[in-house]
Amino acid sequence: MMADCLKGYRKIVILTFPPEVSGNPVVCVISKKYDISFSILQAQITPRKEGHMTLELCGPEENYKQAMAYLQEQGVRITPAAETVSRDDDSCVHCGMCTAMCPNDSLTLDPVTRRVVFDSDRCTACGMCTRVCPVKAMHADVDMEQLQ
Amino acid sequence: MPKTIQEINAKIKAGKAVVLDAEEMVQAVKDMGLKAAAEQVDVVTTGTFSPMCSSGMLFNFGQEPPTIKASSVSLNSIPAYGGLAAVDAYLGATELPKDDPLNKVYPGQFKYGGGHVIEDLVAGKAVRLKAKGYGTDCYPRRELEKQVTLAELPYAQLLNPRNGYQSYNVAVNLGSKLIYTYMGPIKAKLRNANYATSGCLSPLFNDPLFKTIGLGTKIFLGGGVGWVLGAGTQHNPAPKRTERGIPLSAAGTLMVRGDMKGMTARYLRGVSFVGYGCSLAVGLGIPIPILNEEMAYYTSVSDADIPMPVKDYSQDYPQGVPRVLKHVTYAELKSGSIEVEGKQVPAVPLTSWVLSKEIAQTLKQWIQGGQFTLTEAQELLPAG
Ligand code: SF4
Ligand code: SF4
Repeated sequence: MMADCLKGYRKIVILTFPPEVSGNPVVCVISKKYDISFSILQAQITPRKEGHMTLELCGPEENYKQAMAYLQEQGVRITPAAETVSRDDDSCVHCGMCTAMCPNDSLTLDPVTRRVVFDSDRCTACGMCTRVCPVKAMHADVDMEQLQ
Repeated sequence: MPKTIQEINAKIKAGKAVVLDAEEMVQAVKDMGLKAAAEQVDVVTTGTFSPMCSSGMLFNFGQEPPTIKASSVSLNSIPAYGGLAAVDAYLGATELPKDDPLNKVYPGQFKYGGGHVIEDLVAGKAVRLKAKGYGTDCYPRRELEKQVTLAELPYAQLLNPRNGYQSYNVAVNLGSKLIYTYMGPIKAKLRNANYATSGCLSPLFNDPLFKTIGLGTKIFLGGGVGWVLGAGTQHNPAPKRTERGIPLSAAGTLMVRGDMKGMTARYLRGVSFVGYGCSLAVGLGIPIPILNEEMAYYTSVSDADIPMPVKDYSQDYPQGVPRVLKHVTYAELKSGSIEVEGKQVPAVPLTSWVLSKEIAQTLKQWIQGGQFTLTEAQELLPAG
């Protein structure tokens, strides 16, 4: 389960550090300088001394972009992690609040049944609904297979 | 021929009462006319499931000698009001832990509050009780800490000072930035209109002048049985009304209570409103006795008969400006889009229609099954 994002924008990225750049100080800089909070979901160092780190980053969108630019300058490779958003159908109360925020019509109110329909095919895992759902029925999960 | 509550109860006990939910009643009156509907239908059931912030739990946690006079009490780190007798306390639905970051990092998440404790207890989960006292001759203990479940609490009543608002504002945002409100997130420049209540299913729209509801009315509350205690806080007995008595603004309210031990977490959900705070979504249903044609008429209210005020939550509401941009009917809201200032605005509900209907249907089954009879209010809600 992901940590909830407090500051709006939230992304999960895989960072690859070349042997000459050590991960931790760089990540501390993006946290301090760009006010991006992070949690480390996975970290490993390959035999070739390359570092991989999967991070969940949260912060204002503008700061996020600047932080990514900074990382690239440092020679860090950035790959966005695949995420999937799912709904806990037992928990959803079909209030409808999420339908206002979904940018892709992936959450819609069926005018006849008055149930909120979740079409995962249209979902881009933007994370909006996971933040606004009042009963936290929408969950974001990293596609762990991709990380292996 | 008018009926009495006693006569209706006799039919309920004999398994012969005709019960419809408030949506079915709209159609029944259309089909058979008021006179026949008044004769044939005995009870109309209503239902709503919505966040209701003025909710809470009055409880007693029992003594574990040496005894304590608890002045500070919390459940799962959510402070409860302990300024009552020794081990009595009241936990409010919107209460937050002392160390919650609130809106310091905007918009705050408000992950866990009083409403969540209530949901956890009703779901059968154990919660952490902490109590502190200053020590007296008769209550020497200074501290008590233990896990408690609802079953272990000697007394736990849901006691809600204001529920079931009769009508409510439709919230829009005329400003230029997204706002986070108790009506949910409202996007800038009229990009969504959030509304509450369950329209024709809503309890107080079906008895708009409170001819049958008052102190002592037995109701569905949180999946169990509850009682109306009277008007809730902010009850407005005399708003402007339409011809059929529907108020043009938020008007009547209810104070209710019920034993939490009979309730279920399906109808009591802790909720977190991003950027705003915590609350409790409450399931509430009221049976309306069809005593006469007048009550058949009131309960035939349809979504199209219910006008709701559209208000700006960017400037007007926070500044206390009473401006109503316009009225739209609940039917228009339910269609998914309303027109405001020349713009089509998506209408977004906060009240679950699905659960509101389920509550009205459940109450109907209880009455049809003979296990729920009606009561006579001892003092009706004030109506002007
Ligand atoms: S906001 Fe949450 S509970 Fe409401 S309809 Fe959407 S997913 Fe379901
Ligand atoms: S994650 Fe974004 S796109 Fe997917 S359902 Fe939620 S709001 Fe819609």
